[in-house]
Amino acid sequence: MHDTSSGGAGGFSRRNFLTTTMASTMTLSLLDKARGDDSAAARVSPRQPLTLSLNVNGQERRLALDVRTSLLDALREHVGLTGTKKGCDHGQCGACTVLMDGKRVLSCLTLAAMAQGHEITTIEGLAGPDGALHPMQQAFIDHDAFQCGYCTPGQIMSAVACVTEGHAESDAEIREYMSGNLCRCACYPNIVDAVKDAKPKMKET
Amino acid sequence: MHPFVYARATSAQGAVETHHLAETPRDTASVRARSQYLAGGTTLVDLMRLDVMQPELVTDINALDETPSGEIDFGSRGLWLGALVKMSQAADHADVVENYPVIAQSLYLAASPQLRNMASLGGNVLQRTRCTYFRDMSYAACNKRSPGSGCAAMDGVNRNHAILGASDRCIATYPGDFAQALIALDAVVDVAGPSGSRTIPFSNLHRRPGETPHIETALQPGDLITAFVVPPAPWAKRSKYLKVRDRESYEFALASAAVALDMDGDTVRQARIALGGIATVPWRAREAEAALRGQTLGDDTLNAAAEKAFAGASPRGENAFKVDLGKRTLVRALRETAAMTI
Repeated sequence: MHDTSSGGAGGFSRRNFLTTTMASTMTLSLLDKARGDDSAAARVSPRQPLTLSLNVNGQERRLALDVRTSLLDALREHVGLTGTKKGCDHGQCGACTVLMDGKRVLSCLTLAAMAQGHEITTIEGLAGPDGALHPMQQAFIDHDAFQCGYCTPGQIMSAVACVTEGHAESDAEIREYMSGNLCRCACYPNIVDAVKDAKPKMKET
Repeated sequence: MHPFVYARATSAQGAVETHHLAETPRDTASVRARSQYLAGGTTLVDLMRLDVMQPELVTDINALDETPSGEIDFGSRGLWLGALVKMSQAADHADVVENYPVIAQSLYLAASPQLRNMASLGGNVLQRTRCTYFRDMSYAACNKRSPGSGCAAMDGVNRNHAILGASDRCIATYPGDFAQALIALDAVVDVAGPSGSRTIPFSNLHRRPGETPHIETALQPGDLITAFVVPPAPWAKRSKYLKVRDRESYEFALASAAVALDMDGDTVRQARIALGGIATVPWRAREAEAALRGQTLGDDTLNAAAEKAFAGASPRGENAFKVDLGKRTLVRALRETAAMTI
């Protein structure tokens, strides 16, 4: 499809690119790159790594990533936080759930580039500075709310949001609002119990 | 996933200008356009990872949530839903829940909480079919992806496919829910584009497959949905969305009905009906609406309306059950809507 050897992306030229009204650090870095190359063949290259900064669990992480990198892969492969799991990689299983500005999202369908300027919280960011487990983590242990454990980080992130959203008022509501997280070990009854148990404890903290 | 250039826009005009940097030849399959807008990413990133979509330029429009496209406004002129509003925001919005319950329910019953936090309203109505053959590039035959290549679903696994609005080129089901609420309530769509802004009826947005299933909407390359406007109506408050699916939650509809009724005691003054899960596009059932006007909702009237709604159904193989399921879904939705206390 693409003429990747010349770094081209089809037919949109640097001149056109420079006439647009976009404003963002990322776009500007692309534009700077284009400005720095005065050859007639200069094009904005899709192969040019994006330099960006992600706020993960309160820490700024400077990264240079292929533009295609998902937030999930950025967290796992580049930041080194492997707690967030890759299940389906298509937004169908919930294993990759993280919080973005306190709201749960799927990191597999979020490009890392889209996460700039937002606060990302992963399973590694839940425990207190002294290592004390978050009430939801403790509740999952107390209620045996997992078997193989692969879906658990996503379940816990989703469960925390389920409570903070105010959608944990009944068993039925918890089931409905946890439906985006699949558990093939079928620990669902214990997950519901864990969410109910953690809910009042989260309010205390 | 193919590489692409990522750009960000902070205004609708900037987005349109950026999008235009990679021009798509006319008559290209919509899904193959060289330039794409990125909002929540829940359809685009998924289909890019499957190589079904291979844009060369992706314009991130999420910053437009700082413009009116990020707002919900309710007043005497109706409901304004900015296109960058997230599904979960609209589903939980008090004015929407109270005054347009069918809209709130159509959003709440769709996808998962995570996806609803990500997906924008504008992207939601443009989500692409879940037809397995469309999503799987190992099937060469898909008229939506490759015009003229054929349709593997015709004689394939087509339990989830459409029984209304199909053609001999494509039977892919429109998968969304929110769109049924919008089309039932006579919503309009604000569109920004290379030749300026315009407003189109929501009912004109999606195109039936006909001879050209690869052209999916009335939007031209570079067009950007900025808002939906739902007019005030006496039937808006008495409205609901009923969704029938293979599992209780987090699943696409097998059949669904968006219903709004204006009642005078037991008599129907006006009915608004749209059907989902069974058609190639968001499906307004105007014949069924007409059959209910001035009637009381007894079994005979309800069944007659359902018969009208599905009179043109053309099931194909495994989806034949959707004819009865669709009728029953509509009858139940009408009964429950009439029984609402408002």
